[in-house]
Amino acid sequence: MSLATEQDIVMSRQTVRKLTHELKFSLVDQTKMVTAASELSRNTVVYGGGGEMRWQVVANGTKTGLRLAFEDRGPGIPNLDLALTDGWTSGKGLGMGLSGSKRLVNEFEIRSAPGEGTCVTITRWK
Amino acid sequence: MKQDNAAIKEILAADQDAIARDWVAELTGSAATGRTGGTVASLSDARDLLQAFQDGIRAGADAAQFDTAQEWAAARSLLGTLSASRAAQGSSAGETSQFVLSLKKPIFQRVQARVGASPDQLMSAIWLVSTVVDRMAQYTVSIFQKTREEVIGRQQQELLELSTPVIKLWDGVLAVPMIGTLDSSRTQLVMEALLQRIVDTGSELAIIDITGVPTVDTLVAQHLLKTVTAIRLMGADCIISGVRPQIAQTIVHLGIDLAGITTKASLADALALALKKAGYTVSRTKS
Amino acid sequence: MERIPILQMGKCLLVTIQVDLEDQTALQLQDDLASKIEKTGARGVLIDISALEIVDSFIGRMLAGISGVARVLDATTVVVGMQPAVAITLVELGLSLEGVRTALNVERGMHMLHAAEKETGFDAAS
Repeated sequence: MSLATEQDIVMSRQTVRKLTHELKFSLVDQTKMVTAASELSRNTVVYGGGGEMRWQVVANGTKTGLRLAFEDRGPGIPNLDLALTDGWTSGKGLGMGLSGSKRLVNEFEIRSAPGEGTCVTITRWK
Repeated sequence: MKQDNAAIKEILAADQDAIARDWVAELTGSAATGRTGGTVASLSDARDLLQAFQDGIRAGADAAQFDTAQEWAAARSLLGTLSASRAAQGSSAGETSQFVLSLKKPIFQRVQARVGASPDQLMSAIWLVSTVVDRMAQYTVSIFQKTREEVIGRQQQELLELSTPVIKLWDGVLAVPMIGTLDSSRTQLVMEALLQRIVDTGSELAIIDITGVPTVDTLVAQHLLKTVTAIRLMGADCIISGVRPQIAQTIVHLGIDLAGITTKASLADALALALKKAGYTVSRTKS
Repeated sequence: MERIPILQMGKCLLVTIQVDLEDQTALQLQDDLASKIEKTGARGVLIDISALEIVDSFIGRMLAGISGVARVLDATTVVVGMQPAVAITLVELGLSLEGVRTALNVERGMHMLHAAEKETGFDAAS
């Protein structure tokens, strides 16, 4: 789904809620995933100049999981290591978005470079 | 190798009942009667499965797509039910897949009789049957494993729940005795159960007793800290009791900062403190 | 855009958040509360989040912000009814919500506000 406006941030929360609910994740896991999606959607809309969220149900042996990708063609992140530490912020935020989201999920991947946009992929296993 | 199904189709159409009987006979003849005493599958199971097998072949389905193709859906469903019920009853995976694999012999015998003279036809017919039956057996085993794992998972969950009860000590005071090693999943479960009870009962104080926890390392301390932070975020407070001298030493030694969490050596002390905080006085009327 | 209603009970302001908040709505609430505290001379603010299933860093910042602004305007803020899944997620996210007082429910929250009142010598009920 596309992430362009504030309403899309809300939509992304509702979409991820529905997905995790259907996949029968526990309530706490649902909450963690939806919260992570909210953080990353906001980053995409506010700092990335808009982009999209993609989702995919994944399987690893007997485990089922949900994979979300947040991609934008924005300015990119110049110093990834710095961005991933607690408390760093480029905007008005508290800087918890990236590092916090990382703790809420099982797998976290980020690709970003100045001028090349950003893509964050997160996965949560049941 | 080409999958020639013309010969197979004829054989299945002509001899279906006999094949089913021979199939089941294979089982009782071999050592596949299983620990449960009865046969792994009945004649009607065999017939149903054979029919599904036949339908799949007739529809020209590709054996390599057994796990996904629509034409094999009926077969998958039958195999799934059979395997799952066997798994729940304690049979081994070997017995169930043995059943499936024994289908080869009755069919091969008839294939031999029909097209034995022509090697090409013989080869492709046998190849087709072999591929499908093997896939069926593999499917059976994977369903079996999945079911067993679900059973084990459920049992583990029940065990976890049983070993960490949340107890109401007094109005507004809950306690959780932690016993054994505190790992991530354990602490998670306790945290969720405790938090929910706090909300349900409106209790403002929770006592986590770690008398039964053998060692406290940085990881365990982290888990405990997270639990206490969550409790405080919700508007309640937490006391950690049962801190033995060795544990206290380890905590100081490791430099773990308990960030203003009250700790007490015994559950009794913790209860006394909790009651005091809640505004109760305990007085003795008899001496 | 919807506005969250602010109820007045004596010297206390009550806010019940029942919808998935858009960023804009949250910011508007912050402004509305600040002006209402000033207008009514309220001494206490109670925010009921028992219906909120997701609290991400933005909402967390909003709550901390309201708390801070209220304090400057000489009012106490209490946030009540946080759901367990939300608390667990917030801890994992690393949001400490420092300076925000919390209570289990509205009753306890009001109790806390009255106690805070007594300390400063004003009666919240008048």
